[in-house]
Amino acid sequence: MIAPGRTYLTDEMVAKIEALAPRYPNRRALTLPALHIVNAELRHVPLGAVVEIAAVLGLAPAEVQDTLTFYQFFHQEKPHGKVRAFVCRSVSCALRGGDHLLEHLCHANGIAPYGTTPDGELTIEPAECLGACDFAPCILANDDLLKNMTPETATAELKKPRARAT
Amino acid sequence: MQPFKPVLLEAVGLPDGHTIASYKSRGGYAPLEKTLAEKQPVDVVEMVKASGLRGRGGAGFSTGLKWTFLPKDHPGPIYLCVNADESEPGTFNNRILMEDDPHQVIEGIILSSFATRASTAYIYLRYEYPHSWHRLQGAIDEAYAAGYLGTNIRGTGFSLDIYLHRGAAAYICGEETGLIESLEGKRAWPRIKPPFPAIEGLFRKPTVVNNIETMACVAQIARRGVEWFKSIGVPADPNNPRDPGSYGPKLYCLSGHVEKPGCYEAPLGITARELIDHFGGGVWKGRKAKAVIPGGISMGLMTESELDTPLDFAGPGKVGCLGLGTAAVVVIDDQTSIVDFLHNSARFFAHESCGQCTPCREGTSWSLRILERIRAGKGRLKDLDILLELGQTMGMMPGSTICGLADGAAWPMKNAIKKFRGEFEDYIKRTNPSGWMVTDPVPALPIVGAH
Repeated sequence: MIAPGRTYLTDEMVAKIEALAPRYPNRRALTLPALHIVNAELRHVPLGAVVEIAAVLGLAPAEVQDTLTFYQFFHQEKPHGKVRAFVCRSVSCALRGGDHLLEHLCHANGIAPYGTTPDGELTIEPAECLGACDFAPCILANDDLLKNMTPETATAELKKPRARAT
Repeated sequence: MQPFKPVLLEAVGLPDGHTIASYKSRGGYAPLEKTLAEKQPVDVVEMVKASGLRGRGGAGFSTGLKWTFLPKDHPGPIYLCVNADESEPGTFNNRILMEDDPHQVIEGIILSSFATRASTAYIYLRYEYPHSWHRLQGAIDEAYAAGYLGTNIRGTGFSLDIYLHRGAAAYICGEETGLIESLEGKRAWPRIKPPFPAIEGLFRKPTVVNNIETMACVAQIARRGVEWFKSIGVPADPNNPRDPGSYGPKLYCLSGHVEKPGCYEAPLGITARELIDHFGGGVWKGRKAKAVIPGGISMGLMTESELDTPLDFAGPGKVGCLGLGTAAVVVIDDQTSIVDFLHNSARFFAHESCGQCTPCREGTSWSLRILERIRAGKGRLKDLDILLELGQTMGMMPGSTICGLADGAAWPMKNAIKKFRGEFEDYIKRTNPSGWMVTDPVPALPIVGAH
């Protein structure tokens, strides 16, 4: 439930953030965990949510936004797809067709890298090394590591619904 | 090659290897109980120092020595940060340890916290490892339930909490002070040192930052002893007083153009050729290797003729590479363009440069733009000299940046151009027959997006 005076953060999100507070000696360290908690629900962290996170943490909105923009991980304009697929493009995957895989998937879904399909189901993003070079080329789709992908198997895998990222 | 029984990877393939029951049945946590009952923190520091254990995260600094930099009789708190932000391209050994034997890591963390008198340990885990996150959290919960974590552990007065902290996909968080800044909720901009983290680290308190594999090694040293650890690997070079030796088993990540990519455990000092032939089943499709990365992309390149170099802490440096790094060996076959390889490497560093130091921010993005121009058929021979000049001026070693990211960007560039200059020149002349000799300035190219 969203508390009065808030637009984005639910009571559950705030409770999750507060549950982590005893782990750190100050509240600023909760910035990244809070961004993850909000992003897991909203699939993006709009500016309004940044202001509300800052209020919860007792920080200036600029401090939270400063951290957020460093990572290029949290979308701000609109939510990423229900499935967020990171396609590895670093050296081990590239040697086994990673770039080709990314190009194929973008083309097959009619979107550019970092884009989301019009139905909001799938976002495809290039990723630097996913740390699964033994299964190159690989894709991280929400919580699932898709191993030894080919354009055909990857296209089929990304059509499946997947649990939301933790 | 001498037969070698894996120790760090002993749980790989066991059906319930990640559970506390399996770990205890293999002798786990008994060394911790013995240590807590009979030893003082200084004994553990001395044990790790005597073992010659060097950090497995990349720099290879002596772990025991790092611990002794902490201030004596500090009122606390002291923090241990465990670096699980494994992002060096080609590296996945920490993922295997966290997924298949998380208790080995946890026991190492508890022993290391006891030794350094840390009361809180944060595991900074990269976002890309959701499975590791679940496995580690499960193992931490089991360790609390078994009384190995919490307040007044085993009645000794020693208390420890371990918390998982998730990153958000940024390579620079693997740099120890970048990791600390990120944990504090800020941009992961590495700090100017000194002060080193041991004096002023996380939340401005004394802090030790150690790698996941280092923690697993500490657990194994406690279980099997210093003599066992020192019986494996390459002893110190008696003619080089600055060489502390390369002792112990090491996890080598083999990937790229090999038949059987994977994480393999071997004594430090195995050669790249032995690794590829013995474990990797040879270069794939019956081809030959053109170049091999010895330890993650930052370490540079070895040529085919350099593959008999021992992969210990001193080996790769002897053939012009930066060092052993993370011991991630990536094989590039003879059908691959070295121009494409270097473009891939430059793209990675341009994307991951944190933007704090101008030589790195501009150097990495310009080297990418120059390589894009070369690949677009507009390369000039002069570009190779410009790339080399960039490689020689950005980084901690030339003294122009705060952290080593730019050195990691420079090394593959310098190695590739010096060792494969003929191929670069042929490529440029072939793709730009009318302009390869031009030396006039060329218009700027689009700006590269990055962190």
